[in-house]
Amino acid sequence: MSDLISQIPALADVEPVRSIRTPARLDYRFTAGEATSRFLRGLAQRRILGERCSVCGKVYVPPRGPCPTDGVPTREQVELPHTGVVTTFCIVNLQFYGQAMEVPYVSATILLDGADIGLFALVQEIPYDQVRMGMRVEAVWVDDDQLAPTLESIKWFRPTGEPDADYESYREHV
Amino acid sequence: MRDVAIVGFTQTKHRRRVDERNEVEMLMPVIGELFEDLGVTIGDIGFTVSGSTDYLAGQGFSFVMTLDAVGPFPPISESHVEMDGAWAMAEAWTKIQTGTVDTALVYAYGKSSPGSLRDVLTRQLDPYYVAPLWPDAISLAALQARAMLEAGLTTEAELAEIAVRNRRSALDNPFAQLALDGDVDALLAAPTLVSPLRRHDCPPITDGACAMVLAAGDRARELCDRPAWIRGLDHRVEAHTLGVRDLTDSVSTRLAAQGAGALGGRYDFAELHAPFTHQEVLVRSALELGSDVAINPSGGALAANPVMATGLVRMGEAATRISRGEGDRALAHATQGPLLQQNLVCVLEGE
Repeated sequence: MSDLISQIPALADVEPVRSIRTPARLDYRFTAGEATSRFLRGLAQRRILGERCSVCGKVYVPPRGPCPTDGVPTREQVELPHTGVVTTFCIVNLQFYGQAMEVPYVSATILLDGADIGLFALVQEIPYDQVRMGMRVEAVWVDDDQLAPTLESIKWFRPTGEPDADYESYREHV
Repeated sequence: MRDVAIVGFTQTKHRRRVDERNEVEMLMPVIGELFEDLGVTIGDIGFTVSGSTDYLAGQGFSFVMTLDAVGPFPPISESHVEMDGAWAMAEAWTKIQTGTVDTALVYAYGKSSPGSLRDVLTRQLDPYYVAPLWPDAISLAALQARAMLEAGLTTEAELAEIAVRNRRSALDNPFAQLALDGDVDALLAAPTLVSPLRRHDCPPITDGACAMVLAAGDRARELCDRPAWIRGLDHRVEAHTLGVRDLTDSVSTRLAAQGAGALGGRYDFAELHAPFTHQEVLVRSALELGSDVAINPSGGALAANPVMATGLVRMGEAATRISRGEGDRALAHATQGPLLQQNLVCVLEGE
C-alpha cells in the first residue's frame, strides 16, 4: 500500500493511514414478548411465574414464549416456590466496568423447585468459598417499595440450611 | 437436476409494529400453521434454513433464539443466512439438489419496529468510506431515483402510477399492511420526502414473518395438490462500493435472470421485490417483462416490507397463486443490500 501511495508525488512522504475510528450507535426499544412480560410482571408482585409446555411438560423460567424442544407456545402458567438448588456456580474474581458487586462473589445457576431450567442469580450471605453444587437456597427479595418488573427484584439467593440435594436430582440440569 | 417445488407457504398479517410479541413469538404461529396445513412435523423436514439480521433486533445471535420456534430437538440439520429469506430458499434448493434431503423448511422474519430502520440499514454499507457518513436508506434510494429521472428512464408520474397500482392490488391481499385505492394526481401534489421521492414512493416499515416448505419430486406431489415447481433459480451480486456501479441499471438482476433461464419466457404474473417505486422500473426492465405480465398481484414490497422476509414473501406469493391455479408460470424476484446490490430470480411453474 505504501508503494501505491508513493507513486502519487504529493503523497510521497505521507504516512499511510493504518486505522480509523468510526463510532456507531443505534438505539432500540426492546420487546420482552408476551411470555417474558408475564414473568416480569410477576416479579413486581414478589411472584416467580414459569410456564409449562403442554407437549413435554417441562417448566421454563424465565419463559421466552416457545418450548425450545417442541416449538409450541408454553400456555400454562406455573407459580414456582422461591427455593431451589445451586446446580453450578462460579466465583467472580475480576473487577470489570459496570460491576455492581465487590469481588470475589458468586454467580450461580439455580434450579427452582419444580422448574426444568436453571435461573441465573447471585448467591450471598455465605462465604464465597463455601458455596457448592447441590446447596439448597432461597430467594431474598428487595423491599416492597423497590419491587419492579425486573429480575433485580430478587437481590440474591441465600442458603436455607437444609441438607444438600442429591446430585442425581439435578444432574439433568448441569 | 432434481425437480424441487414450493409446497407450502404461510405469512403473518404484516403490521407497522408488533409490540406485544418478541421475534420468536411472532414467528412460531407462522411455522405452526404451515406444518398444520401440510400435516408434517419438524421430524419430516430434512433441512431447516432461515434468513434474518440481528441488526433489526439489536441483539446478537437473536436468530439462534428464534430457532426455538421450530422445536429443534432432537438436533436438526440447520443453517442461517444474514440475508433475505429468498437466499435461504436458494440454500435449501441447493441442499435438496445434493440428494441428502428431500424436504426443507425455510423461514424469514423482520421486526423493524425496535430501531430506526433508515439508520440501521446504513450498517450494511462499506464500513470505511460510506457507513461513517450514515446515509440513510431513503436518501440513498433518492440518489438512485434522481439518476433515473435525469437519464430519462422514468417520470415522477410513472412512479406515482406504480405506487397506486401496487397498493390497489394489495386490497385483495389479506396479509398486506398498506392497501388503498389512491389517485395519481393527488399523490403527485404531495411534497417530497427526500427529493425526488415522495412518501408514496417508499415502502412501509413493517414487522412480519413468513415460512415455506420445499420438497423434491414425488414427495412434493404428496404434500401439495399443485406444487409450484422451481424451473430456474440464480442470484448475482454487484460491487459493494456504490460509486463503481451504474445505479440506473440492474446488471445483477439481468445476469441472475440469464442464469435462471428466465429471459424471454411467457409469464402470467411476476412478483418483484422493489421496495421503492423506481426500483420496480429497474427490475422490470432488467427482466425484460412486457406490459402483458401482471406485476405484483400481492401489492409487492410497497404494500408490506418485512425486511429480510420481503423477498421470500415474493417467492411464496408467486407459489401460492400457482398452487391455487391462478396462473401456470410466474417470475419471482428478490433483492438484498443497498440499492439492489444483490438480486435473485426464480422461475415457478405449475404442472
